[in-house]
Amino acid sequence: MTAEMVRLRGTPVAPGLAFGPLVRLGGTMHVARAHTSRDDERDALVAALAAAQDDLARILAAATNTDEQGIVAFQIALLEDEELTNPAHAAIQAGETADTAWRLAMHAQIEDYTSSDSEYFRARAADLRDLYERVSGHLAGKVVEDIPRGAIVVADDLAPSRFLATDWSDGGLVLHRSGATSHVAILARARGVPMLIGVEAAALDGHSQALLDAHNGLLILDPDAKTRAAFDTQRKAHALQQIADARYLEREARTRAGERVRVLINVAGPDDLEMLDSSHVDGIGLVRTEFLFHGRDHLPDEEEQYRVYRRLVEWAEGKPVTIRTLDAGGDKPIPGLTREHESNPFLGVRGVRLSLRHPQVLSVQLRALARAAVGANLKVMIPMVTLPEELERCRELLARAVADLMAEGKSAASPPLGMMVEVPAAALAVEEFDAAFYSVGSNDLIQYLSAASRDEPQLTSLTLPGTAFLRVIRAICAHGNREGREVSLCGDLASDSRYIPALLECGLRTLSVAPAALAAVKATIAKC
Amino acid sequence: MTQNAKGAVRVLHEVGLHARPSVKLTQLAKSFSSKIEFGPSEEGPWTDVKSIVKVMKSKTPKDAVLHFRAEGTDAQAAVSALIALVERDFETESRT
Repeated sequence: MTAEMVRLRGTPVAPGLAFGPLVRLGGTMHVARAHTSRDDERDALVAALAAAQDDLARILAAATNTDEQGIVAFQIALLEDEELTNPAHAAIQAGETADTAWRLAMHAQIEDYTSSDSEYFRARAADLRDLYERVSGHLAGKVVEDIPRGAIVVADDLAPSRFLATDWSDGGLVLHRSGATSHVAILARARGVPMLIGVEAAALDGHSQALLDAHNGLLILDPDAKTRAAFDTQRKAHALQQIADARYLEREARTRAGERVRVLINVAGPDDLEMLDSSHVDGIGLVRTEFLFHGRDHLPDEEEQYRVYRRLVEWAEGKPVTIRTLDAGGDKPIPGLTREHESNPFLGVRGVRLSLRHPQVLSVQLRALARAAVGANLKVMIPMVTLPEELERCRELLARAVADLMAEGKSAASPPLGMMVEVPAAALAVEEFDAAFYSVGSNDLIQYLSAASRDEPQLTSLTLPGTAFLRVIRAICAHGNREGREVSLCGDLASDSRYIPALLECGLRTLSVAPAALAAVKATIAKC
Repeated sequence: MTQNAKGAVRVLHEVGLHARPSVKLTQLAKSFSSKIEFGPSEEGPWTDVKSIVKVMKSKTPKDAVLHFRAEGTDAQAAVSALIALVERDFETESRT
């Protein structure tokens, strides 16, 4: 039996059209864990332990007597003890799934207590069993299922690393939470995956197929034949538009008046360049190096980073490659580096604030960058700069990295050092920053200017570029022109055809965009 | 500057180092940066005071004498504070 057709509205955050089987992730499904990868199993355990810790903290706060508090405090102390969690992590490293690893580790502990001579210690086994159940429950609730190709995936939220691990050909994504400038949305635009947000997942029960129209913000469940036919027509028209835009792909971007606009691309790493021709771009305007650090059990060492950066500059064949230093924190946590449970991570220790608190991590990255810069058009960009001192501190660390490399007899170059302009305090005092270039991070700058979270679907209308934002862009461009320093914009706005005319009007002549938007952006510039 | 400190105290609690006293002991120990251990004698065997799992495993009974040793910049303060906690039978200190 086929269910009735249902039309749901959502907010489109990455354009495109898709039709396929409906796949729901997370929430109600409890399937035995299939082994994914050591990194994913470890992440799953870390997440389940953190979730259990959150539960216990809530229970502790609600506990009304000292006995309850004592029991919960004991379980929290156990969870915090690496003596308990390390054997589980070791089992994961040996190839076990997270739930099996956790069971093995806890079983050994529980056994120890149940075999005790003392009744008191035997009774404590119940506390360990309770803890075991709690964490196992979280592991079961966060089952990592395989996402089939061509599916319309519906979930509450999706981790960026999970997105990257999925083949999205012919598929689409619908998230209930998450905002237009969340990391998953950025990735979806970069890869051309149609995506909607703000759709109520509960309305999907009993449906098996879905049609995703991420141009018009529609999710149509079990569409009838007429709707399917209309959709196919629309998909053809869209394909024709893409073909029309594609004529611009190979050309330099110029406005109608013939003024040159440089169009570069934003990438997460060399994988994003596989399908791209470097002759179609004016360079790489942003490399999000945090994806090198994602979903793994150790930070990438100097050699590994160097090889990645070299692949990028070799692909660019002399065109500029701007590599942003680690921008962790905010919605991009890195286990062991970013702080968990920050009360307000977007206003917390992120970007350069985090890097300067871990100079050993930043220095490894700067050494790799200084080595990769030899004979290359490589630039280094610092994220989340708020004060001139932060930029100067990075300059010192870069100078030291170069000097150290030279002293070790290794070849190194001193790349130009620029900054992201995304904190209003820096944007409004841009002349105080001695940066070789400025790149506007519009996603964060807009969210900080409007005091509206980019992850809140209800506030999408507040995170549009308004008068205040455009005034700031105009001032930054004016400063850049006076000083002869390049000003570019590398946020999602640069890929959005609706706003490109306003950005050019403010004086911007360099845009860095999602690779999937390249042709459309050039086509739009030609009409300006 | 790194210090070394030692001290000993008798456990008065009726079931020895059970869950609640152990939690208090590890929590207090973690507030110091020094490495802190205890054992049943001056020769050990030594147990890391900052690990609840290890403290519980010591199964220290009532009337046992705990020997502390610490090494670090706040070793002396750590040993004094831990001894004081055991002496007042793990009652939380009222801080003013």
